[in-house]
Amino acid sequence: MIERIGAKTADLIEAVGRWGLFTGDMVRALPDASTWSREALVQMRRIGVDSLPVVLFIAAFTGVVLALQASYTFTGTVPLYFVGTLVGKTMMLELGPVLVGLALAGRVGGSMAAELGTMKVTEQVDALETLAYDPQSFLVVPRVLAGTIMFPLVVALAMLVGIATGWVTSLWLLHLSTAEFVKGLKQFYEFKDTWFGLFKSGTFGFTITLVGCMVGLSTRGGAEGVGRSATRAVVYAAVLILVLDAFWAAVLLR
Amino acid sequence: MIRLADLWKAFGKQQVLAGLTLEVEDGETLVLIGYSGSGKSVVLKHIVGLLVPDRGEVFVDDRAVSTLERPALNALRAEIGYVFQFAALFDSMTVADNIALGLRRRDLSEDEIGERVGEALAVVDLTGAGERYPAELSGGMRKRVGIARAIALRPRYILYDEPTTGLDPVTAAVIDRLIVRTRERFGVTGLVVTHDMRSAYTVGDRMAMLYEGRIHQVGTVAEMRETSDPVVRQFIEGRPT
Repeated sequence: MIERIGAKTADLIEAVGRWGLFTGDMVRALPDASTWSREALVQMRRIGVDSLPVVLFIAAFTGVVLALQASYTFTGTVPLYFVGTLVGKTMMLELGPVLVGLALAGRVGGSMAAELGTMKVTEQVDALETLAYDPQSFLVVPRVLAGTIMFPLVVALAMLVGIATGWVTSLWLLHLSTAEFVKGLKQFYEFKDTWFGLFKSGTFGFTITLVGCMVGLSTRGGAEGVGRSATRAVVYAAVLILVLDAFWAAVLLR
Repeated sequence: MIRLADLWKAFGKQQVLAGLTLEVEDGETLVLIGYSGSGKSVVLKHIVGLLVPDRGEVFVDDRAVSTLERPALNALRAEIGYVFQFAALFDSMTVADNIALGLRRRDLSEDEIGERVGEALAVVDLTGAGERYPAELSGGMRKRVGIARAIALRPRYILYDEPTTGLDPVTAAVIDRLIVRTRERFGVTGLVVTHDMRSAYTVGDRMAMLYEGRIHQVGTVAEMRETSDPVVRQFIEGRPT
């Protein structure tokens, strides 16, 4: 039993060390902008623009559900214009960043791990090295930068769409007026609600892409290994998003 | 000159190289033969610093590869072309971009890069294929693009990892001819890893056999063909034990 705990602890320390080294290598590759700048634009389009349909779809329905659930909860006890408060606060502080983060953990993190994993097992990563490229500069930095920059932008749009569909739902199904919804939206609003959500999204973007790259580049074996890496990247990223979510709430919202 | 001095390498409990010593002279093409899984590709990866030996050292023109920092290692890699077993072309790039990628690390204008890409494609008889993607090419064509990517860098050394494996005899002969042509035209020093004996006889000046982690025998192609050593004979004749 003690032996097993010791072995698990040693594995954990080793894993933390590996992550630290990987992140350190990535930071060291940052000055090599001539290598990563072009690829970063490609990745920004892939992560940002190409993710919009799924992200906006999720945000739109989340806004609808939030408005309806708020009305259901408030009926008879809380004035209905508080629907605007709940939709706004929840979209900005929690559901916008977290739902988008979890959705993109699969779409971005999983596909990144699969792509880099395939490159690894087909020796494309070795080929890059023999062509005098640092895989960190060429593959990792552009992806992580693009994730960190584009996630807040995508989440900002998700917040807007979620609030908009919450507003439309309030008008059509809850028979609130626009003035009442906006009154609720403004009630208790602080600028911190917005920047907290966007900042958190940036850290989610960083984490998802870093996990995708690291898991992808440590792929072994053939197709089975690539599949394992994709799954692992999604699971790790999802778990880390939830842990980070709680961490930032504890650090910044108290 | 490439010099492998007392190279040892293990992966887990499996000892792959066990005191391998070998020299590749300037201007020659040396063929390294050996059983599948005997560590031939591992040898090549040590030469370009993709693997670091547990013991021993690889010297390329007296530079100890395992001691080089990244800038010096990149400078060394710029002198070595590497042709991978399955070509290792970048799927997301066209053939021309695959070949140009290494050139973009050099101080060359886009025009010069375009010229070099065209030249390299002409050498491998693939003029006009520049805009195609690797997925649209046959196995033989992919290998030729791999060779084009290596020679476009005008390297001093080219390492070929199983260049004819998985190809039909005619396509394999085309690749062999390309290897010979590359040496004649550019004067590069070559190290070819293969277990295809027909290819080995065609492209090699000398041959070395890797067996149980070290060089079992080395000699000219003629010497190796005539050897009475039972291990080498069994291998080149393809006799099962």
